[in-house]
Amino acid sequence: MRPMRLATLRTLGAAVLASVVAVPAMAQQPAPASGAATMEAVKSRGTLSCGVNTGLAGFAQPDSQGRWAGFDVDYCRALAVALFNDDSKIRYVPTTAQNRFTALQSGEVDVMARNTTATLSRDTSLGFDFPAVNFYDGQGFMVKSSLGVKSAKELDGATVCVQPGTTTEQNLTDWARANNIKFTPVVIERLEELVSAYVAGRCDAYTTDISGLAATRSVQPQAAEHVILPEVISKEPLGPAVRHGDQRWSDLVRWTHYLLVAAEEFGINSANVEEVAATDTRPEVQRMLGKNGGLGAMLGVDNQWAVRVIKVIGNYGEVFDRNLKALGIQRGPNAQWSQGGQQYAQPFR
Amino acid sequence: MSDTADPRLLRAPPKKGIRLSWTDERLRGIVWQLLVVGLVGGIIWWLVSNTAHNLEVRRIATGWGFLNREAGLPIGESLIDYNPTNTYSRALLVGVLNTLKVAVVGIILATILGTLIGIARLSKNWLLSRLAATYIEVIRDLPLLLQLLFWYVILQGLPAPRQSLNPMTGVFLSNRGLKLPWVQWQDAHSFALLGLVAGIVATFLYARSARAKRMTDGQPRKVWPVGLGLILGLPLLIWAALGAPWQGDIPALRGFNFQGGLTVTPEYFALLLGLVTYTAGFIAEIVRAGIQSVPQGQWEAAEALGLQRGRIMRQIVLPQALRVIIPPMTSQYLNLTKNSSLAVAIGYQDIVSISNTTLNQTGQAIEGIAIIMAVYLCISLSISLFMNWYNARIALVER
Ligand SMILES: N[C@@H](CCC(=O)N[C@@H](CS)C(=O)NCC(=O)O)C(=O)O
Repeated sequence: MRPMRLATLRTLGAAVLASVVAVPAMAQQPAPASGAATMEAVKSRGTLSCGVNTGLAGFAQPDSQGRWAGFDVDYCRALAVALFNDDSKIRYVPTTAQNRFTALQSGEVDVMARNTTATLSRDTSLGFDFPAVNFYDGQGFMVKSSLGVKSAKELDGATVCVQPGTTTEQNLTDWARANNIKFTPVVIERLEELVSAYVAGRCDAYTTDISGLAATRSVQPQAAEHVILPEVISKEPLGPAVRHGDQRWSDLVRWTHYLLVAAEEFGINSANVEEVAATDTRPEVQRMLGKNGGLGAMLGVDNQWAVRVIKVIGNYGEVFDRNLKALGIQRGPNAQWSQGGQQYAQPFR
Repeated sequence: MSDTADPRLLRAPPKKGIRLSWTDERLRGIVWQLLVVGLVGGIIWWLVSNTAHNLEVRRIATGWGFLNREAGLPIGESLIDYNPTNTYSRALLVGVLNTLKVAVVGIILATILGTLIGIARLSKNWLLSRLAATYIEVIRDLPLLLQLLFWYVILQGLPAPRQSLNPMTGVFLSNRGLKLPWVQWQDAHSFALLGLVAGIVATFLYARSARAKRMTDGQPRKVWPVGLGLILGLPLLIWAALGAPWQGDIPALRGFNFQGGLTVTPEYFALLLGLVTYTAGFIAEIVRAGIQSVPQGQWEAAEALGLQRGRIMRQIVLPQALRVIIPPMTSQYLNLTKNSSLAVAIGYQDIVSISNTTLNQTGQAIEGIAIIMAVYLCISLSISLFMNWYNARIALVER
């Protein structure tokens, strides 16, 4: 009995010792998913972990079979096609306004394509980078038409539904202060509950990005009962976000966006891309579609990435029309720069 | 003592120094303890340094500097003055007070409701006891989150402000909450409130001395006239001395909403209702068990003395039952407090909700979570300390 106990104790002791020694050794390992590691981590994992909205019509929403679709989802797909030539190699991680940043900071998602506004503090102290702006937006208000309100300036004394953890709530307080408007906030974390509180009449107005208002309105049974007021009270440049300090990864995200925009600019779409790649003689198009220049390799993918992405996802205009047209969202500031908009792809050279 | 001393004394271990050998039990003990402490310390050190390293690599801000920055957060209800230009620390204080507001009121109401239901459960009236039993079963079986959402949806179903229910002048019930007439708060009211507290304390002390005197001379003394004078008279006197300010603050519909008066928001009300009805189900069972733990003989003996049932319950059974009731009751109070964090689901801005938002806006998740944990730890420890003190006070003193 006695010697046996001693023996077990010894093994135990060895195990304890081993772990004490192992701890500092583990600490020396590079932190996962930092530095330039995301690209390698994603490639070796073989799937892309993409942070998306919990459900915002037109931007990111699962259908009844659980297949995600939407404007932001198409950016996840474009990345997966660029990397793996397969848009099913994606793990979608639904994130709320409140928990999205921790998901990206902690490395749970590789990229977050989720109607997120680029701001200075998010770019710096939250530790992110916003490689591109894929949707120029602004904040607005939605009210029931029965309320008879025609302008946001008439909202003095109103109760306003707003989601916490957004630029929206901060813009709202800034705007109210600047315009001497008093309001009672109702702050609910889950979007579904927030919207149902607004619909039930708990609030007079609901405020968020105008694209979000349009998306929410489009899924209401009585969409015509809600009006979006004309005022735009903020700038909301929305775009995919990545962790700071991971330049190779943010390069790929940025140039995937430019690829979609440039394809539209050059008249390349999902139907004609292969033909254009074979026959077009414009030098920039040839570089972009991988005929020469080796640009894909510079990004860390292969030179056929552009043809693949455009074939599966389409160009920026196709992505926009497929997802957002039905919501009644106009191109507006998201038109090509040559059409008076702000979408402007940097040169493929 | 003789040589047939206590055998335990004979078996006292021989005193000897530590030998540097693995067979020495004390040496082994010390080595093991050092190893375990080292292991735990090493894990903590690794966690901390790993976290710090990752935060550094990702350029994520750390430290408490954000507490003094402007919050810019909209907060719907607050016990103290707050506006979005205040700092994050003030916003967090608003959150703590909102948590306390629902926890304190919730604990008091749940205790009252739970005790009533627990007693009803033991009632000789068949219908009453069945009703109480059904209530307990149903309430305890449904998840609290579901109940909160249920109450919140019910409250949202109330009419809009312009069609609000108006049972009494100045009282309005709508989907914006319950509006009650109130006074315009002035210093005199705050002092009167202090007077009320002083009156309660004084009454308590008076009752104690009256009881002590009764022990010596056997004369029963009436406590309530003096108590009434102290509890009601004192604040009234202070209020009158300060000029008896009385300006009604009557809610009135202006524009979109009611302005003025006191508001009970649907968020607070739904949370309170959910927590109270839920916790009362558990408290009722505790009270029932407590009462049943008092032997039937106590009832019979008291009845033989000619005491009435109500009096037996109040003066003989309940004081004994309390000793069984208090410890599990403490857990229920702690549960209620912690469950109040479900507030985020229905938009009541408690400490969790405001910390979460702070954490999101500043990106400082570790600090945000630390604040939430510290607040709950403080509140829970306070409740436990108080309940332990009370438990010790009412414990059976054996003579
Ligand atoms: N662009 C703003 C707001 C983005 C946002 O979160 N909008 C809300 C309302 S449209 C949303 O998508 N919520 C979905 C959710 O939290 O599940 C920001 O980045 O802070």
